[in-house]
Amino acid sequence: MSNNPSGQPDSGDSGEQSWPEYLSSRESRGMPRSGEGSGESEGYGPPRRVIGTPPPATARTMLAGHGGDGGGETPRELPADPPDLVKAKKAERVVAACFLLATLAGLGFLVAYGLIGVGSVRDAQHSNLWLGGTLSVVLLLLGAGAVIWVRNVMPPVEQTEQRHPLRSSNADRAAFKETFEEGTETSQFVKRPLIRRTLIAATVPLAVAPVVLLRDMGPLPGTSLAHTAWRKGRRLVVYGTGRPITPAEFSTPGAIISVAPEGFQNDDDAMAKAAVIIIKFRPGELGAPTVMPWTVDDIVAYSKICTHVGCPAALYEQTTHHILCPCHQSTFDAAHGAKVLFGPATRPLPQLPMGLDSQGFLIATSDFHEPVGPSYWERS
Amino acid sequence: MSVERALESTGNWLDDRLHGARGVRVLLRKIFPDHWSFLLGEIVLYSFIILLLTGTFLTLWFQPSMTDVIYHGSYIPLRGVRMSEAYQSTLHISFDVRGGLLIRQIHHWAADLFMAGIFAHMIRVFFTGAYRKPREINWLIGIVLLTLGLLEGLFGYSLPDDLLSGAGLRILEGVIQSIPIVGSYLAFFLFGGPFPGHLIIPRLYILHVLLIPGLILALVSVHLFLMFHQKHTQMPGKGRTNENVVGAPTYPYFAAKTGAFFFFVFGVLALAGTFVQINAIWLYGPFNPVAMSAGSQPDFYMGMLEGALRVMPAWQWVFFGHTFAFNVFIPALVPLGLVFTLAAIWPFLEQWITGDRREHHVNDRPRNAPTRTALGIAVITFYGILWAEGANDLLADFFNVPLYWITWAARVAVFVGPVIAYIITKRVCLGLQVKDNRLLEHGVETGIIRQLPGGEFIEETRPVDEEVLARLVARTDYPALPAAETAETEVPPSKMRGGLGRVRERLYKVVTETAPAAQPNGHGNGHGPGRGIEGNGHGHTAVSAGAGSVQDGESGEGDQH
Repeated sequence: MSNNPSGQPDSGDSGEQSWPEYLSSRESRGMPRSGEGSGESEGYGPPRRVIGTPPPATARTMLAGHGGDGGGETPRELPADPPDLVKAKKAERVVAACFLLATLAGLGFLVAYGLIGVGSVRDAQHSNLWLGGTLSVVLLLLGAGAVIWVRNVMPPVEQTEQRHPLRSSNADRAAFKETFEEGTETSQFVKRPLIRRTLIAATVPLAVAPVVLLRDMGPLPGTSLAHTAWRKGRRLVVYGTGRPITPAEFSTPGAIISVAPEGFQNDDDAMAKAAVIIIKFRPGELGAPTVMPWTVDDIVAYSKICTHVGCPAALYEQTTHHILCPCHQSTFDAAHGAKVLFGPATRPLPQLPMGLDSQGFLIATSDFHEPVGPSYWERS
Repeated sequence: MSVERALESTGNWLDDRLHGARGVRVLLRKIFPDHWSFLLGEIVLYSFIILLLTGTFLTLWFQPSMTDVIYHGSYIPLRGVRMSEAYQSTLHISFDVRGGLLIRQIHHWAADLFMAGIFAHMIRVFFTGAYRKPREINWLIGIVLLTLGLLEGLFGYSLPDDLLSGAGLRILEGVIQSIPIVGSYLAFFLFGGPFPGHLIIPRLYILHVLLIPGLILALVSVHLFLMFHQKHTQMPGKGRTNENVVGAPTYPYFAAKTGAFFFFVFGVLALAGTFVQINAIWLYGPFNPVAMSAGSQPDFYMGMLEGALRVMPAWQWVFFGHTFAFNVFIPALVPLGLVFTLAAIWPFLEQWITGDRREHHVNDRPRNAPTRTALGIAVITFYGILWAEGANDLLADFFNVPLYWITWAARVAVFVGPVIAYIITKRVCLGLQVKDNRLLEHGVETGIIRQLPGGEFIEETRPVDEEVLARLVARTDYPALPAAETAETEVPPSKMRGGLGRVRERLYKVVTETAPAAQPNGHGNGHGPGRGIEGNGHGHTAVSAGAGSVQDGESGEGDQH
């Protein structure tokens, strides 16, 4: 069955040392080829050619002659033709049909690109459908054609290649060691500690330099995490419209809105800490530990920034008064100081001290009394 | 004729300069073994190439800028809305560039497939033992690649600056802040000040399009080179030994197959990009730090971290005016860190326990390494439970179960689940080995009932065919512990004494636990009819050759004679 029966080494093995492990004796187990005389294409002679097929043997011969080792002709290792030529012919037609259809689909892609404009959701949808549809067809047909080609037109082949231990021979290892030690010795690196130590000393500051250079990537946090844009007398305005709020307007029990400190609602950096929700309760629903003096007409204001990792705690369930953070489901009891009922958050949402100004609008009476948002090292 | 001419002109021109004829000829004939599971790594490679191609296209329009603008583009619902330039340019790519939406969606799907492929490929490599010597380096490179992939994906989906990705960044900020001592400093350095600032998108952009892909490309090249240099592993089968590779040559077989596979991967991604909407950022709206919608989910590969954050109880200590936010940094660092560390040290741990320091080129069937397989399934279970918990709100909604029950169930299951999975998997593996043994001992049932002269009825069996036989008998047998060799004197060798030695002895028993190998083909079981016994001779040769090749490196091919 082997095409290289004598185990004769590849002609290339004797020459240079490059690629040694790849050049090795090899067995080939092609499927028996129908209608072929024994040995005709297995020996050194040219294989029988079918009209219309390229002559690979000749081509390889030309290449093999190059190594300077007088290679000459190599024995044929792969069968030239598939076992069943009729089946292969059929498969060839299928492959060609795939490629032909792929060509058409590819042309369709170009046409679709030219004809279908974009600029509205509808057009973008159409464009996407046609460009993507045609592109998918091209790619899948190319893949299908190639697979049928490999499986049904190319003759099936199984070959065996030898492995060699990855470990180098002891001689090679010893030679390497010698060469390396020779280099080290000649460089005087070991013998002259003065050079060695000063060189190492010189690299230390250099290694630190890139880290130091990154220092200006940001300011130091200082105490900024502990403060927000809320100040005494700053009005609460509806996030989105920017209108100030009177308790009379916000009188439906169970109502909840997001608010911003007046003048900061378009400042994302400020809002990332200052976002607040206010919730209207029925009289008597609010209980400890809610700070009652900080509420106005049963309206309470909490930081909207979750104390877990800072997502906006945006979901509110009216009947239970639960505030739920959609990111990790920390649940806070809005009627009782926003204390934690469930989830990974450890601290209640801080309550914003609230009052009324002379015109009857809701205002903050101070900043939060504790840092809002997620925990950090410096927070006590 | 044209092939010849091309070789003569171009080939000779190149060879005159590169001296390549010899080396490249060898490459053309390099053998690649075949198995469906070997395609998983190729999926990753091709997804990566598609990511590079589509990503480059997207950079032609994307603007990594957080400057505020008012939208006036083609998407009417967002006209007049304040947003960042990054978000605006993503809308522009989606609605005003022909093919933009398609390429964006292919890019995102390719990223998901890239990560899914990495997971699948790693699972394949682990369960078949393909990470064993000499391939430990490639296993470690793979773990680094997975980590880089996670970061690359996270940074990538953060770039459009939509509401969902902004929430992801907010969580990233919260997690970094929770790190003891340096947390708030790191967060301020990364974001260039307080969250969100105006620098994070440009910074993530350059990491996403240059630094990380560059690292991935470099490591993928090394990964492939090592795979090439060490030659691919093969699954057990007829004529396959530790000293050979059986398969088809690169040119034309492997080249054509893998080329076809590239087109399939690209084609499937193009189909997904066309018909399955992904990351419809125009529906989420631009990022603002005040809004968040229910059911927010990261991409699937971040789901495990998300679940870990959700499952963690609210633990936090305040010591001397400093906050240890265990509720955040433990889930963010420990579970994934545990999985990666275990994965990284396992090949070396296994070597130490079993004392097996030989090269392995024939893969194990997962059942033939029951402990390894059970361990892998346990880790997957651990990961999977946290991953599912990452969608606890969606699960609660879908199954109509209270949300907190799911979290509590996950809190228990994350510890209990892996243990149960380990036990079950090990039993299943041992059971499958026994089933294999039965096939070897009794052969395949033919359904033919014969009456013996004595009146007894037996069912005829025939021996399994050679290909199956080779697969069934291929098992790694581990070298015995040093203690066993000196059993006569009953004094264990020095390295097996002491605490570490005893630990190793115990682990050895666990790791090498396996159903005893069978005596193939029904010697003396009285059931084998004449035909079956005839087959014995041949089968036996193959058995000893197959086993021998694993044991002591004797090169034996079942079909030599």
